[in-house]
Amino acid sequence: MELLIKMEFTEEQINRYSRHILLPEVGGKGQKKIAKSRILLVGAGGLGSPAALYLAAAGVGTIGLIDSDVVDLTNLQRQILHHTPDVGRPKVQSGKEKIQALNPDVSVSMYEERLTAGNALKIFGDYDVVIDGVDNFPAKFLINDACFFAEKPLIHGGILRFDGRVTTIIPKKSACYRCVFKAPPPPGLVASCQEAGVIGVLAGIIGTIQATEALKLILGVGRPLTDRLLDFDARKTQFREIKVRRNPNCALCGEHPTITELFDDGDPYAGCAVRP
Amino acid sequence: MQVKINGKPEEIQSGTVLDLLNAKKIEPQMVAVEVNDKVLERDDLATTHLHEGDQVEFLFYMGGGR
Ligand SMILES: [Zn+2]
Repeated sequence: MELLIKMEFTEEQINRYSRHILLPEVGGKGQKKIAKSRILLVGAGGLGSPAALYLAAAGVGTIGLIDSDVVDLTNLQRQILHHTPDVGRPKVQSGKEKIQALNPDVSVSMYEERLTAGNALKIFGDYDVVIDGVDNFPAKFLINDACFFAEKPLIHGGILRFDGRVTTIIPKKSACYRCVFKAPPPPGLVASCQEAGVIGVLAGIIGTIQATEALKLILGVGRPLTDRLLDFDARKTQFREIKVRRNPNCALCGEHPTITELFDDGDPYAGCAVRP
Repeated sequence: MQVKINGKPEEIQSGTVLDLLNAKKIEPQMVAVEVNDKVLERDDLATTHLHEGDQVEFLFYMGGGR
């Protein structure tokens, strides 16, 4: 085993990843899996930031970043991938620099574009796991659908005010987002992200769980967060797990699907979240 | 009768899921409803009667992420 590690990693890499390699669940073999893995972050913002940094530190081979935005001053309260001098710069550019400053082993693919029904499958096809770090429902549904058609595991996340939610979706095996939430909420009923507000650290908590789930899938370790919604309430510092199941009536993954190809489900600027 | 709503025991009037949503002033379009781990179709809210001990989950949409 030791010989194998020495053949595949440099002395410096063995040192860098030693706390992983020491774990029986990881070892040299697991670290090799991480080094070969390709993880896509849709959104290089609140959730994408902590996920990107921990995945970079872990030695993920390729991290893809999709984001069409530039860094705004209001982002810095929670989007820790971006620093003050980055205001006005494309997020994918700023993100790539931070990732590679942390770990030059990681290669970063930048997609400075909005995710659409037109480009999603082509991009998703190149990755092992997709992490949802977007802020609007049409995009969340699009990511869910694209992961289903591309058969890619999805780590879904959402944050709002003091609440967060995370779940893992293995297409055709576990409940998908549409199994529970059939379609985006009507635009008139939802507040925009700008008016809703969020406590910044929540992005760190949920985004870091998303990164954990992604690494577990790559390593094949433990039990994924499938068929469970994990809700976090920062006011009480309390997690709650809600069991969900695949829905035979699901329009996407059910017995008689009505969604048979990718489509843009509504205006991505329409809304952020709802809570009474 | 007593049911559990989002994990908390609550005393409610007997009736349908839609009655409960109305009593709580929750717009049905804003929520996915699960009774005993099964998601209800929107059309079934008015015909699904709640029973003592049912576990009801109101799952609100949670967007955000940036
Ligand atoms: Zn489904």
